Amino acid sequence: MHELSIVMNIIQIAEQQAKAANASVVDEIELDIGTMSGIDMDSMDFAWEQAVKQTMLQNSVRKVNRIKAKAKCLDCGAEFAIEKYYDACPACGEHLLDILQGTELRVKSLTVS
Amino acid sequence: MCATCGCDSGSKTTYKLLDKDDHDHPHTHVHPHTQDHAHDQDYSHPAQKTIIDVEQDVLSQNNLLAQRNRGYFEGRNILALNLVSSPGSGKTSLLERTLNDLKSELEFAVIEGDQQTTNDADRIQATGTKVTQINTGKGCHLDAHMILHALQGMKPKENSVLFIENVGNLVCPAMFDLGEKERIVIISVTEGDDKPLKYPDMFHSSTLCIINKIDLLPYVPFDMEKVKSNAKKVNHHLEIIEVSCISGEGLPLWYNWLKSKVLQPETV
Ligand SMILES: Nc1nc2c(ncn2[C@@H]2O[C@H](COP(=O)(O)OP(=O)(O)OP(=O)(O)O)[C@@H](O)[C@H]2O)c(=O)[nH]1
Ligand SMILES: [Mg+2]
Ligand SMILES: [Zn+2]
Ligand SMILES: [Zn+2]
Ligand SMILES: [Zn+2]
Ligand SMILES: [Zn+2]
Repeated sequence: MHELSIVMNIIQIAEQQAKAANASVVDEIELDIGTMSGIDMDSMDFAWEQAVKQTMLQNSVRKVNRIKAKAKCLDCGAEFAIEKYYDACPACGEHLLDILQGTELRVKSLTVS
Repeated sequence: MCATCGCDSGSKTTYKLLDKDDHDHPHTHVHPHTQDHAHDQDYSHPAQKTIIDVEQDVLSQNNLLAQRNRGYFEGRNILALNLVSSPGSGKTSLLERTLNDLKSELEFAVIEGDQQTTNDADRIQATGTKVTQINTGKGCHLDAHMILHALQGMKPKENSVLFIENVGNLVCPAMFDLGEKERIVIISVTEGDDKPLKYPDMFHSSTLCIINKIDLLPYVPFDMEKVKSNAKKVNHHLEIIEVSCISGEGLPLWYNWLKSKVLQPETV
């Protein structure tokens, strides 16, 4: 259940930013979460519901941008969507891949008041 | 307050998880923002909404502390190794063997991460090695902050090897950089050959994979070649060493790997 500590980090970041802006409520929070960030969204939802209680995010609308993972084949140079680290290159069948995107885990923006 | 990192104390209660029934609003998922916040008086916060571009990595705090640990290790030429595995794959056994076999050649220190007990630390102490136990309580992984505090107490020697045995768990320790030089994932032949595919994040973030308990190979269905190819699919940089902590087979390969890392001069 590392999703709980992830959520705690998100709350910490958001509250810090909101306080710096002299706000007391986080109305909206926008997150970038890549499909290969290691986050299980069901666990995240569960942890979120518990952890935001009595914080500035208690009633926040949460928007999640799921960033689809993409890789580049180091053998043939093809770029393609992947779901797992062990997916093969659809062009040449090799597994020497570098991940281009999809591991993001970021607080993108906040709307505070 | 902790002077090094600014945290409230050395306390372990890092998470606030409130009990299900201590609050009276219904547990819907994302709370729709219907009430419109019509606080008419007394509220000091401005009525209009401000948008803040944050663009901050969620793990930035951990990564920052990990970098601090890394600086500490580099400054003292300490080789820090983070050992991760499922519960019972043989992390402590590998350390016991290694410490006993190499203690006349290398200087060691160990940080033990465990939820509850000091059993593993006791086993390490029996080898005569300096060891610090971190009990994470319910926490299922070590983080950079815990390592920072453990280091404050133990002050490992310069030019030493620091083993960090993580909590037995192949999922979340993958996300938490501790400031280590190398991450070592251990699996044992009793675990089934699909481990790398089931826990790809861990195999992707490690540099060495140790396959332990090869003395049991005659008794269990375990396709060594398949595991290796699965592991390589997940991480084409991964080195793999097969060992048995009981028979000692393969340990010289591990010891060579370890010594090569110790002797290795500062990389560019
Ligand atoms: N047959 C065999 N048993 C082993 C080997 N290495 C470890 N074991 C046994 O496996 C069990 C678990 O070993 P540990 O070293 O405690 O494993 P661990 O990874 O430290 O376990 P946790 O700290 O609980 O996650 C013990 O009973 C060991 O004796 C091996 O190479 N062969
Ligand atoms: Mg152990
Ligand atoms: Zn290709
Ligand atoms: Zn590569
Ligand atoms: Zn601290
Ligand atoms: Zn965890």
